[in-house]
Amino acid sequence: MRRLSLISVPYLWLLALFLVPFLIVLKISLSDTALAIPPYTPTLDLSQGWAGLAQWWAGLDMENFWFLAEDNLYWKAYLSSLKIAVTSTLLTLLVGYPIAYGMTRAPDEWRPTLMMLVILPFWTSFLIRVYAWKAILSQEGLLNQLLMNIGLISEPLIILNTNLAVYIGIVYTYLPFMVLPIFAALDRLDGSLLEAAEDLGCSRLTAFWLVTMPLSKQGIIAGSFLVFIPAMGEFVIPALLGGSKTLMIGKVLWEEFFSNRDWPVASAVAVILLLLLIIPIVLFQRNEEKQREAEG
Amino acid sequence: MNKTWMTLGVALAMGASAATAEEVRVYNWSDYIDEELLEQFEADTGIELIYDVFDSNEVLETKLLAGGSGYDVVVPSGTFLQRQIVAGVFQPLDMAQLPNHGNMWDAIEARTDKYDPGNKYSINYMWGTTGIGVNTGKVAEVLGDDAPIGSLALLFDPANMEKLAACGVHILDAPAEIIPAALAYIGEDPDSQDPDVIAKVEPVLTAIAPYVQKFHSSEYINALANGDICVAFGWSGDILQARDRAWEAENGVEIAYNAPSEGALMWFDQMAIPADAPNPTAAHVFLNWIMDAQVAATASNYVYYANGNMASQPMLVEDVIGDPAIYPDEETLKNLYTTSPYAPKVQRVVTRLWTKIKSGT
Repeated sequence: MRRLSLISVPYLWLLALFLVPFLIVLKISLSDTALAIPPYTPTLDLSQGWAGLAQWWAGLDMENFWFLAEDNLYWKAYLSSLKIAVTSTLLTLLVGYPIAYGMTRAPDEWRPTLMMLVILPFWTSFLIRVYAWKAILSQEGLLNQLLMNIGLISEPLIILNTNLAVYIGIVYTYLPFMVLPIFAALDRLDGSLLEAAEDLGCSRLTAFWLVTMPLSKQGIIAGSFLVFIPAMGEFVIPALLGGSKTLMIGKVLWEEFFSNRDWPVASAVAVILLLLLIIPIVLFQRNEEKQREAEG
Repeated sequence: MNKTWMTLGVALAMGASAATAEEVRVYNWSDYIDEELLEQFEADTGIELIYDVFDSNEVLETKLLAGGSGYDVVVPSGTFLQRQIVAGVFQPLDMAQLPNHGNMWDAIEARTDKYDPGNKYSINYMWGTTGIGVNTGKVAEVLGDDAPIGSLALLFDPANMEKLAACGVHILDAPAEIIPAALAYIGEDPDSQDPDVIAKVEPVLTAIAPYVQKFHSSEYINALANGDICVAFGWSGDILQARDRAWEAENGVEIAYNAPSEGALMWFDQMAIPADAPNPTAAHVFLNWIMDAQVAATASNYVYYANGNMASQPMLVEDVIGDPAIYPDEETLKNLYTTSPYAPKVQRVVTRLWTKIKSGT
């Protein structure tokens, strides 16, 4: 009994914070738009008992999903988001891993300061930090002025309102989410393993490849998920830094919601986005578990 | 000691209850009021005013249709108001609480009657036209002295836009205003609800989209005033505000506004009270106060938009009442058109078209 109640806590958590909201969105995605509050139909009318429920059920259909399949805008937006999310996750890893590695190698008394430096940006609103990048990247911005003053370029670079600005924004914003899990993994690393590897004839580089990297794999995976998942649905960064040609599913969702005022189609877009994110993650976790069982 | 705490507690409780009872939340367009008027309202009525701004009818409508927006007074444009009334968003006005209603201008009420039959749900705040703002010096530099600054050809002829791109063009991010303008340019009915007719504007707009620096509905005021852009397709008063800001800054930028000769959209921004407004009484006090002749005149003198308040006209400065760009003469009035709201299926065609134009997909 005690065990049951212990197990049920995380499941209740999942039910309340994930499953219930998901089912609400799923239900709206099967509805039709209406000029009303809320702007979709059917809405559940329980006062009519079973008849109301049956009527509600009959009003739901897959029409919005067929609609999404027919218009290539949505597929292009999903693919473009996927590309931007994968690229920026890799870039964040490239920047974040050396930082985390450097932090574990730093003298002990420096660590609190270094940790502080990683966390410090969170003290300022995310929106303001992204806005600040507009001032840095614009044609009259700090970056262009600096490069022109030192004579590297003669014409200002056009970075703002392009995809490059979006990559910069995502890498900057999500860097701490990559650094912290990798740092945690590297920090636990037993130094004697590296010494053993070197004693057995590994160069420092091969020891890094054969020992450090595999042992920090969990941190890399956790960090990559933490960056990839929000980047996939990102809205603020492409809206502020990207141009009108930056196609991302977050922006498409916003348009469905605010310009078309079509909640059902917006919900269908969100449901597909969720499935695109969840299925690979679940498959990946299954695979990991199987591997662990095989090893154990 | 104890007594002091009690007094303090009572004072706090009273303060808290006063704040909830005497508070009005207004959601209006950005750059649409003289900020000093906001303070004056609080001084005049003793009601605390919480004033938020938006820059798109679509965003306002999404909040209203979600319900529970928490606002007491909102300001949709006529076509949007019409749909929202059908959706049951608003409560009818209680005319007994609006003694200043007699100040309103029957010529404008006759026009807003199309959106709000009998003007039961709304009062007119401001009205204006959608047209072309130019930095006269820069445009003459690029296109010569005979540039068609009063014609839609300035925007919709790619040959002109190609040259103007160098000095910067902004267009409203409002498909419900740009598509009618493009229809007027190609000689179709700007108020067309037929998807096949609307589709005809696609080649017109895709041809000029690459030369548009930005589709945005509020940044152009500053951009035009600072000389960052040379052409904006926007709202009359916003462009005149830009003209005024440039004058004040004495930066040598000369701005002119023209309602296009091919026809210009005439729109009406209406103040209304949501059905679920937390404080409808205070909302009525606000509406009655805004209909005060002096308040309406001060507002128009500041934002350069015409208002729907007849009694305010003697108090308007010559710059406003005498400018045909703000208070059009009979001749210009004939050239203005109004539009109707799109049905949901047509709306989808319009937004999809707009996405295609802006993003190329």
